[in-house]
Amino acid sequence: MRDPIATLRDRWSDSDARADGGSTASESERSLLSRDSVRSAPFWLPPFLLVGLFVYGAVVWNVLLSLTDFSGIGEPDYTDLDVENYVVAFADPVDGFLSMFGMGGEVNGATPTWSDLTVEPVWNSLGNTIALMVGFAAVCLAVGLLLAILVDRGVRFENTFRTIYLLPMSLSFVVTAKFWLYMYNPDTGLINVVLGAFGIGPIAIVQNPDLKLAAVAFALIWQFSGYAMIVYLAALRGIPTSHFEAARVDGASTVKMYWRVIVPQLRTATVSALVVIMVFALKAFDFLFSMYGGYQPGPSADILATRMVREAYANQNWAYGSTIAVILFVMALCIVAPYVYSQYRRGEL
Amino acid sequence: MSTSDERSARLKRITLYAVLVGMAAFYLLPILTGLFTSIKSPASYTGQAPFLPPLEPLLPETGSFSLQPWGNAFDGLARGLANSFILVIPATILSGLFGSMAAYGLTNVDWRGQVGVYALFVAGIFIPYQAVLVPLTQFWYNVVPLQALFAPFAALPLVQAYHWKLVALIVTHTAYGIPICTLLFRAHYKKLSDEMIEAARLDGASVSTIYRRIVLPLSVPMFAVVFIYQFTQVWNDLLFALTIVQFGDASVVTQELVGIGVSQAGTNFPLRMAAALLAALPTLVVYILFGDKFAEGVTT
Repeated sequence: MRDPIATLRDRWSDSDARADGGSTASESERSLLSRDSVRSAPFWLPPFLLVGLFVYGAVVWNVLLSLTDFSGIGEPDYTDLDVENYVVAFADPVDGFLSMFGMGGEVNGATPTWSDLTVEPVWNSLGNTIALMVGFAAVCLAVGLLLAILVDRGVRFENTFRTIYLLPMSLSFVVTAKFWLYMYNPDTGLINVVLGAFGIGPIAIVQNPDLKLAAVAFALIWQFSGYAMIVYLAALRGIPTSHFEAARVDGASTVKMYWRVIVPQLRTATVSALVVIMVFALKAFDFLFSMYGGYQPGPSADILATRMVREAYANQNWAYGSTIAVILFVMALCIVAPYVYSQYRRGEL
Repeated sequence: MSTSDERSARLKRITLYAVLVGMAAFYLLPILTGLFTSIKSPASYTGQAPFLPPLEPLLPETGSFSLQPWGNAFDGLARGLANSFILVIPATILSGLFGSMAAYGLTNVDWRGQVGVYALFVAGIFIPYQAVLVPLTQFWYNVVPLQALFAPFAALPLVQAYHWKLVALIVTHTAYGIPICTLLFRAHYKKLSDEMIEAARLDGASVSTIYRRIVLPLSVPMFAVVFIYQFTQVWNDLLFALTIVQFGDASVVTQELVGIGVSQAGTNFPLRMAAALLAALPTLVVYILFGDKFAEGVTT
């Protein structure tokens, strides 16, 4: 047992002890290097240095590398920086941009448009990345929302259903790719067996340029829609039952009730699930690498993530690989920065 | 209530369960198909639909059931499995510990700039691995002094030269795991009673005493969530391993799995499926045992 007088004396002698719960803002506290920050530094500084060096430091270094013409031999030449890689990446902007939406001239590496360039611009893989991201995210959210609403309607074995829907999320991209390669297999794959029952096929789905990206998106939806369900389910549980009842009293049908009353209240959940899912899509490299057994998924399924690793690690075109990495980083930033800022504004940071 | 109302209510209920079960089948079928295929002998594999279990009685001598694919898969993945375990345990513990420290340092005291530092931590969660790959590769292959630091330990019986590459992976995964761990812990620490911590402060407890005596013991459930999440992340990663370790002695399980079955003549699906399931087993076990905590981890 501590002597109360001694405790009181300590309080008086220790200027940092605040009897009123910390609302006194002393002059020293206003400075960045206040006592609090110094005292807590041993805790947050070591992890911050690790993150600062390995994540943010590496991002900055990567930007520098993208300005060189480093090709893996010797050391990068940092005295000769220019944006040439970006000029190449976004060469032929009009045709290239249109080609992202399947319009404009034939602009896949094979066409002579870019014959004077040693490397291909990024338009094709950028288009595929955006298509995959948008398609995958939209279906993922829709399936997740539907599942969440169904599971939330007081069903029995709710835990079992939830567990099953989320199960694929625990698998790695590599394992998912192995399973779906088998599902898509033209001879014995379940998808083709089912299609065969309807008199269609067999179709070599994974090899078909028109279906490649859809096949990837479908497998990713299988893996991650359970995640969207869990996010929506948490949000649905947060809506007061009075909202459901009020809509019920108004005589709204179930569908109308969800569409008009409940879904609009799920905006926050949608945004946070969307951010995570889109970032998953940006990272889908692991999946494509295992699906196509290497860095070459072919032009119709080539996304920025595969392109980047191929340029750097297979073609030894390190600087161009870094350039594509910067483009990926900027895309992630465009998705995440508004999200983090809005979290900050709502005081959730 | 009229009987037609009752009937339509029951019909709705039946439809609801039918959809739920149908969706459950959608999520389970690829895994079950893999499982059934992985325990088939070559004869029953060619003779049966892939999504059906070996239909003959489950006895090896009838010839339809075989554990041979699992045996071959284990031989093929043994090195990768061992390396993955060497990698995942320290990487998980370190990122969890650092995350908890960062979250505590950024929560228990009010100083300006705290939110800014924290925002940097949070944003780190979303940075694509690709954005750091080339510098990291450069870094790990050029930091010779650090490699030399590791050399004395290479004399120990269990330490091999290639473990240096795993150390590189451990540090990388730890750094990349800290942001998400910090986020998870901070959400938890904000909920911890301020009164208790304030009381301890007034009693003269130092910042580190409060952490060790009060905060750390109260974080045990959160450590479970963080460890499960990080374990899955690190175990499942391919990209860092592929670029930092590349192939060789230090290959992790995802790398070994990519190649399995592909090099074999034809398409040996029983072997491939057994290997996929074997590589997925640790995370599947973690998920099935601690499903709720896993869900908590992925939704925060």
